Amino acid sequence: MKKYLKNTWDALWTIFIGMKVTWKHLFIPSVTIQYPDEHRPIPDRARNRLYVNIDDCIGCMQCQRACPVDCIDIKTVKALPTDELGLTSKGTKKALWVTQFNIDFAKCMYCQLCVFPCPTECITMTKVFEFSEYEREKLLYNFSNLTLSEVKEKEENYAKFMEKKAAEKAAAAKAKAAAEAKAKQESEKKDNDNKPSSEEKDS
Amino acid sequence: MYDLLTNLLGNQIVAYVIAASLPLIFVLTFVLFAVLAERKVSAHMQDRLGPMRVGWHGIIQTLADMLKLLQKEDIVPEGADRPLFNLAPLLTFLGTYAAFAAIPFAGIYVGSSTAIGIYYITAVSGLVVAGLLLAGWASDNKYSLYGAMRTAAQIVSYEIPTAIAILTMVMVSGTLSLMKISDMQTAHFWNWWILGGPETGIVKFLLIPFMIITFLIYYISSLAEVNRTPFDLPEAESELVSGYHTEYSGMKFAFFFLAEYANMFAVSAIAVTLFLGGFHSPIGYLGHSLGIDWLIPVEQFFWFAFKGTALVFVQMWLRWTLPRVRVDQLMVICWKYLIPYAVVNLIIVGIITLL
Ligand code: SF4
Ligand code: SF4
Repeated sequence: MKKYLKNTWDALWTIFIGMKVTWKHLFIPSVTIQYPDEHRPIPDRARNRLYVNIDDCIGCMQCQRACPVDCIDIKTVKALPTDELGLTSKGTKKALWVTQFNIDFAKCMYCQLCVFPCPTECITMTKVFEFSEYEREKLLYNFSNLTLSEVKEKEENYAKFMEKKAAEKAAAAKAKAAAEAKAKQESEKKDNDNKPSSEEKDS
Repeated sequence: MYDLLTNLLGNQIVAYVIAASLPLIFVLTFVLFAVLAERKVSAHMQDRLGPMRVGWHGIIQTLADMLKLLQKEDIVPEGADRPLFNLAPLLTFLGTYAAFAAIPFAGIYVGSSTAIGIYYITAVSGLVVAGLLLAGWASDNKYSLYGAMRTAAQIVSYEIPTAIAILTMVMVSGTLSLMKISDMQTAHFWNWWILGGPETGIVKFLLIPFMIITFLIYYISSLAEVNRTPFDLPEAESELVSGYHTEYSGMKFAFFFLAEYANMFAVSAIAVTLFLGGFHSPIGYLGHSLGIDWLIPVEQFFWFAFKGTALVFVQMWLRWTLPRVRVDQLMVICWKYLIPYAVVNLIIVGIITLL
């Protein structure tokens, strides 16, 4: 009987204690972070979306080679000697037009391996992590700042330049060949005439 | 009320329809806010915020949910017993709503001024069990059936302490009419039955502890009757998916939901009427002191809604405080604790009232 009454009392009493606890919690400020409106601070070294400061990129493709999932796709075109590409912020001279710098974030696993090898520190992790898209194609980011026509122009320029160079080379080779032939003829003539001199032939 | 409406509209049937739908308006608005309140109370008790995005602090979240439920597909499981499946939510809501007919909302409004109000309510609430049992049976789902069987066992068991507690009140007040019981507790809060009612002298002070026990017994067993935690075994989410309404969707589910919250208010309203002075103000009426007659019913309605909502809040508070009891504990609480206490209490109160 005593136990019975004690049980009853304990039940009621413990319920009141419990209610006191919940009542207190009713007035404790909530711990909820209203996510899209509020953010938790992102740690300094968090790895999120990459950013490429294309002005500093020298197109060395170190990052492309370092990426374990091959999600970086760089295409470069050599600059002409007359082109003015400027210097990177570190003072390195740029010698290539970066015509394409694609990073496919659908593939990227945010390992940061591409960041370390970059000689100019232009590929970096940002704090942006909310960039979901409805289409996968939209996750393909192109960081190159050249427009399509510019790319075409650069490519044409380079092709022309190469053509010209090739033509020059060919011309030079022709000239050389002609000169050689001439020299040969002359030397042969000389041979026929008198003793050949090897110094003349070589020059 | 009826006479007034009949005179106003000149047609008795229209008057009845209007009078009958008044509680519906109240119940719908109540449910609209109670659902939100439940979510907010639960959230804040767990240091969360609850719904925040629809309207200011999520104030119209329930409205949005209701619109969503209205648009949902009405799915009837293949093996279900169609007519019963469709009947169950209606029956459940009917049983709940019928109870509102005898609850006095204000001095001038009570759905039916029957002399056996409280008896009628206890009887008609039994319809809810039938509805829930039907729902579980017709769903053709083992979880629903389990839930329904538990509901039946639980509600039928807990009807007994409820009935005894109500009987105690009927005995001290000497009437079955809720209107009369309310009117006994008029004027000030020390006339509430929980504080000994309009009795005077030594009897009043002797009554107080036993009235509080009666109130507790009624409150605990009414919690079980409306399937609230700690007695929410019928819809124990972690065991039975969601019990008898597992298979219901759309509007039919909304009906169960409506019935559950309406029921919460119904049992609170009965507790208010029996123990806490019904619709009467605890501190006197502004209408009396200002001499404005029409203000009194408004005030009465306010006090009734206020007290009822406060008790509903305690129900929510308990829900987010206590864990669910086991089935055997459920039965132990009822048969070994509540019923003996209720019976002993009934006898003692009987002796006191004889004094
Ligand atoms: S973070 Fe990793 S996966 Fe992503 S681009 Fe860099 S190396 Fe590739
Ligand atoms: S490693 Fe740096 S500089 Fe080289 S291609 Fe990548 S981003 Fe450009």
